[in-house]
Amino acid sequence: MADESGEIRSYTMNFGPQHPASHGVLRLVMEMEGETIMRIDPHIGLLHRGTEKLAESKPFNHSIGYMDRLDYVSMMCNEHAYVRAIEQLMGVEPPPRAQWIRTMFDEITRILNHLMWIGSNALDLGAMAVFLYAFREREELMDCYEAVSGTRMHATYYRPGGVYRDLPGKMIQYHESPWHKGKDLARMNQWREGSMLDFLDAFAEDFQHKVDEYEELLTDNRIWKQRTVDIGIVSPERAKALGFSGPMLRASGVEWDLRKTQPYAKYAEVDFDIPVGTRGDCYDRYLVRVNEMRQSALIIRQCVKWLRANPGPVMVNNYKVAPPKREDMKESMEALIHWFKLFSEGYSVPAGETYAAVEAPKGEFGCYLVSDGANKPFRVHLRAPSFPHLASIDELTRGHMLPDVVAMIGTYDLVFGEVDR
Amino acid sequence: MMTSDALIFGLTLGKILLIAVPLIIAVAMYVWWERKVIGWMHVRMGPNKVGPWGLLQAFADVTKLLIKEVIIPTNANRFLYFTAPLLSVIPALAVWAIVPFDNGVVLSNANAGVLFLLAMTSLGVYGIILAGWASNSRYALLGAMRSAAQMISYEVCMGMALVCVLVLAGSLNFTAIVNAQAGTKGLFDWFWLPLLPMFFVYYISGVAETNRLPFDVAEGESEIVAGFHVEYSGSAFALFFLAEYANMILLSFLAPILFMGGWLSPFQGWHLGWLSDPGWWWLGLKVFIFATSLLWLRATFPRYRYDQIMRLGWKVFIPISIAWIFVAGILRYFGIVTIGH
Repeated sequence: MADESGEIRSYTMNFGPQHPASHGVLRLVMEMEGETIMRIDPHIGLLHRGTEKLAESKPFNHSIGYMDRLDYVSMMCNEHAYVRAIEQLMGVEPPPRAQWIRTMFDEITRILNHLMWIGSNALDLGAMAVFLYAFREREELMDCYEAVSGTRMHATYYRPGGVYRDLPGKMIQYHESPWHKGKDLARMNQWREGSMLDFLDAFAEDFQHKVDEYEELLTDNRIWKQRTVDIGIVSPERAKALGFSGPMLRASGVEWDLRKTQPYAKYAEVDFDIPVGTRGDCYDRYLVRVNEMRQSALIIRQCVKWLRANPGPVMVNNYKVAPPKREDMKESMEALIHWFKLFSEGYSVPAGETYAAVEAPKGEFGCYLVSDGANKPFRVHLRAPSFPHLASIDELTRGHMLPDVVAMIGTYDLVFGEVDR
Repeated sequence: MMTSDALIFGLTLGKILLIAVPLIIAVAMYVWWERKVIGWMHVRMGPNKVGPWGLLQAFADVTKLLIKEVIIPTNANRFLYFTAPLLSVIPALAVWAIVPFDNGVVLSNANAGVLFLLAMTSLGVYGIILAGWASNSRYALLGAMRSAAQMISYEVCMGMALVCVLVLAGSLNFTAIVNAQAGTKGLFDWFWLPLLPMFFVYYISGVAETNRLPFDVAEGESEIVAGFHVEYSGSAFALFFLAEYANMILLSFLAPILFMGGWLSPFQGWHLGWLSDPGWWWLGLKVFIFATSLLWLRATFPRYRYDQIMRLGWKVFIPISIAWIFVAGILRYFGIVTIGH
């Protein structure tokens, strides 16, 4: 720490990969002077699973499940980008009901992701309660995932040409247990008497009050403001130059949201606002995300309204990408052949390349897909929003203190599944 | 035949055990209560598996800690590494010698009780600094440096708050301080009213002194993992843990004794029968309220940054404390606050 002249120089500290605030497997090598950060070198790759390479060796549909595991707190949005890329290359247009369902589940996913973020960001800065409050609501939305796909996280629900199946008519309910019985059980099940849409409508209406609860604990809290205001400021120009997207970009004052600027699914038909920050500090990023949760709840209610009124198919009637009905297979030779071909060989995608992006909760999640006409992709590249975000950590935290790095990692909303891929 | 010296020795030892053993059990129950209360505040259950309502959870934890292996990091200074937890737990227990539980119920009714308190609580910081230094870990060292700076600055505030109490009470003896708050106006005779800002300064400094949220930068779970005790395990860690919780209970005792009339009834002089009588139960109730309020802080607040804590201490609390010492002096000199019966 001291050189020959006896002068004390900066020292190096290793932050992670096993550290309570490293959000997975982030490793930071920090050069510090006292508590002040001189330089940060993020080391990534500890969660590299070769998703892009794996996708090259499988029929197109088999890789949808891998997409869930990239950013494992916003699962369906990742699927959406990949599925859209395939649809663009094949020229398949999903039926409207499927697109509304996708819009609704993208927003459910956004709330899931932002709940995880608000909880872990608050926990990083020491506020424990918000984390558990957020998980209480997260649990309800996880049940929606489970209701449509059978699994809580890695849904594999979106398919090229639509979604796996229509929304269930009956919402899953809690069973009696030693911990939940009588009035308590009735309260937990009160939204779950009807269909999943009834449940979501009740949830989305109530959710605004839940966001009020989180805001009550944080927004005007002096300590929270001291910890986040003016920490990690990014100017709009730098934010664009650094490749930021999503809430990180909007908090700096750039009104850029793919849902508005390049509408996909049914975003052109729903009414919502894009919250934009002014200062580009951690506090603005917090406010932007909190308001996005409120907007998402509004979008969900609009989707519920449309979906209640308009039943219909949720998958294209194209046996190249969609499996035929079970009844048809009992009588039709053609259907049986289609079924067999689809689940063994898959389908061939016309040669070409495309890029499809969605506004994932963390920013622009894109899928660049090259096909050579075979039943497997020639190349898949995934543009993960967290990757350029993390790359800016040195610039944003230099001169700040160690606790500010933690605040900064919190607002990046990093998930290493997608940074390392 | 027993000499009188041996008799006194035996009696004192008995008294010490009578304080220390319930204290350690109180720490265990306090940990259980903390987990339960925080659990309720977080819409979850808290411990509920070990024993009825999870009551034995704390004892299970202690047993686990005691039978765990104590790991010594390579290149740690062995002697200092094991001295540190002792240096932190010994003052935390020794200070209970001067804490009164009721009128006259105290191990040592020392005239200079407040000085002894300051001396003992100041010693605790050595345990933390040495633990951070001896562990040979940068996280631990950072934690130790933070905690040293924080505890020393907040001790100044605490000392100033105590001076205000001394000015009004005119004594360094805790029993005398409580009795000086007796009167006929109920809880309005207590020192919290004339010393209201100092009451808050003392309480908040106490939270900072015990390294609890929102001032727990010395442990700073999400920043420096566990701070000064990051390398400690097993019984060595248990000693730090015991010291921290004993200090929290101490704070919960001192705040009522200094500012909230100790064992005096909040309805004293209002002729409400037994409700107006002083008694240990009043002290117990006040301690319970203060101890629970510490948990409430932990359940809700985010954590300060280390330099913000220092700013709060030096730029806000110390000027207020210095000003209020003069206010207390004026209150006393002109007889605005009447003392005692």
